[in-house]
Amino acid sequence: MLLFIALPIVSVVMQSLYTPHKQVIKVVENCGPFGCKEATTVDQTATEQLRKEQPLGQFSGLKIYLDRGHLATKEIAEAWSTRSSLGDFFSAVGNLPFYRALSFTLTYTFVVTPLLIILGFIIAIAVNSLHRHLKGLVIFFSLLPMIVTPLIGSLILFWMVDSRGILGSALQWLVNNPDLSLKASTELTWIMLMVYGVWHSAPFAFVVFYAGLQTLPQDALESSMIDGATRWQQIRYVIIPHLMPLVTFVALIQLMDNFRVFEPIVGFNAEAHAQSLSWIIFNDLGGETRLLSSAATTSVLTIIGVAILLSPVLVKTWQDFKVKT
Amino acid sequence: MLLKKVALATAMGLMAGNVMAECVIDARVSIVGNEFPAIQTIGSGAQECTGAEVSSNLTADHQKINVAGMSGNPAEYTTAIVANTSIVALMNEDVIRPLDDLIAEHGEGIQKNQLITVDGKVMAVAFMANAQHLVYRKDVLEEIGVEPPASYEDLLAAAEMIREKGIMEYPVGGAYKAGWNLAQEFNNMFLGMGGSFFKEGSAEPTVNTAEGVAALEMMKALSEYMNPDFLTHDSNATSAEWKAGNVALMNMWGSRVGPLRETEGSSQEVADNTAIAGPMTVGGGDTPATTLWWDGWTVAKNISDAEAEATFLAMKHAIRPEILNDETSPMAVWLIEGYEPTDAAIGVLDAAQRGTIPFPMLPYHGLLHSALGAELADFMQGKEDAATALADVEAAYITAAKEKGHL
Repeated sequence: MLLFIALPIVSVVMQSLYTPHKQVIKVVENCGPFGCKEATTVDQTATEQLRKEQPLGQFSGLKIYLDRGHLATKEIAEAWSTRSSLGDFFSAVGNLPFYRALSFTLTYTFVVTPLLIILGFIIAIAVNSLHRHLKGLVIFFSLLPMIVTPLIGSLILFWMVDSRGILGSALQWLVNNPDLSLKASTELTWIMLMVYGVWHSAPFAFVVFYAGLQTLPQDALESSMIDGATRWQQIRYVIIPHLMPLVTFVALIQLMDNFRVFEPIVGFNAEAHAQSLSWIIFNDLGGETRLLSSAATTSVLTIIGVAILLSPVLVKTWQDFKVKT
Repeated sequence: MLLKKVALATAMGLMAGNVMAECVIDARVSIVGNEFPAIQTIGSGAQECTGAEVSSNLTADHQKINVAGMSGNPAEYTTAIVANTSIVALMNEDVIRPLDDLIAEHGEGIQKNQLITVDGKVMAVAFMANAQHLVYRKDVLEEIGVEPPASYEDLLAAAEMIREKGIMEYPVGGAYKAGWNLAQEFNNMFLGMGGSFFKEGSAEPTVNTAEGVAALEMMKALSEYMNPDFLTHDSNATSAEWKAGNVALMNMWGSRVGPLRETEGSSQEVADNTAIAGPMTVGGGDTPATTLWWDGWTVAKNISDAEAEATFLAMKHAIRPEILNDETSPMAVWLIEGYEPTDAAIGVLDAAQRGTIPFPMLPYHGLLHSALGAELADFMQGKEDAATALADVEAAYITAAKEKGHL
């Protein structure tokens, strides 16, 4: 626990509080195939000296947390004081990278998680009522979306939903609009990512619920049938209460997973339309110049976000636990 | 007498060839670099060396991994194949070594103009030049009866004619994928409009100017003639569009033209009619709206001297003059001795002759590039106007530059 969870978090928090040294820049002459030119470069000997003196860099406190790339306190205060309407204020906030990413991340989390639980439950009920010879095969196929690596799965779908791909053309034909492109519109891109999210994660919910269904007490089900319960009433009053702890479990895991949404954005090349907190971290680390402090700060904010998101579920589990003991 | 001389020269040439072709190294070599045909040639050339393991990792994501892969001690990669921009990130982090002593010892055969020197120290050996320039479909332009466009304004007019005639719905192509590619297209257009990125001698950005707005407006106008998915198209996807015959005009890297003229994944009609011309100007300016690039290799700092020497020898072997043949010559504008320009080179050579600005090698330019790539997508989608987008770019850049200690 200490090695794999506590230490990395401490390291990330430390990194987020420090920034690199002030760069010592010198003017030099650069020469190459296209001639010589005066340019600036980082003075490595002077920088090395600075690095030796303070290996962690400059202490910056919460400066990075509050800058434009993260919580953007100054920009928000300014947007609030110069607002002409509430909508104007929200669009100004939505233009800031962190809040733009947060809005997609939260929308994704709260749309995908309930949908995948419902879909997983429906699949579990349906598979459970199949003939036992068919079950094995159907379970295997239902699990496929989860077995495919998310990046590969989204890349395959990305080409299929292309306006000349099989799904894209089918959609164009279906809505009778030859110019329809899922990749060109922000709304459709969001929907596409969320549909992908449900498709990818529903098998997980399905497997958990299916396992739960195997432990369903048959006598409770049979007595409800004797009392004249319909199929729907059996599900509503016997099966769902029995599976409720599992629903909490799946919700817990999936809230955490969906809050970290990342692969579909890369796979679908959707960064122009949708950005998530994880994607911002990736982008900070993947640029020509790596922004380590910025990435660390976003990581800390993501961890805090996960903690907030999970707190109601954790509190509820704790209360249930206390009642039982 | 003459015959004797010729025979002697040939014999010496063959001998030199044999000596060069024998590349024996005694320490590991590990290459990281971009992925296009010319660099693949270099990668496989280095792997001809025997005596120790030569591994190569050539990927479009090379910039995401090269700094991390060279920061360790010992470094994972002993050499990174870089260009004007990506070398800056390696120098900022101080992970590549000066090559002067290796050049003094083994440098014969490398020409002086291949050496990239910074502050008098050789930091890289360049092997090819590159630039983006016009690629057009000969048959389509003949059909509408216009010359290959010399400016972006002409290109827009031609695109309108192609659309009107119903030849193609989206005749213009371009690597406009949000991120690095989109930022690069802005750079081209901005320099073509006569803009400059920074205040002289400082890291203060100056992109939110009339030139910046004009550059964005031109990009927006072009995007009207592009496939609506243009924000997801990088160079690979744009090349695929071209090969599919969906595009008639585009600004494309010289190093990527070769595969467009092959029929693999394409049709005879497209392959035969793919033609190139020099880069276009924009807004009535004289400077072409493109940038000049070199590609070269570096040697990592955090490796043993034996590995550095082996790397130098293997990479030198990969760019020896003998690699030039009918297959490799059209792949790039090689800076290697004995290279004869082919017709695949006219675009890049034209760019070089007409005073195209080399892509700036500044320690903070990468940050501006990232900011451009992230913030311009909103404008291209019509969510905000050009001045707001450029103000966002400057704000995002200033935030990053402050963090990195440049401002």
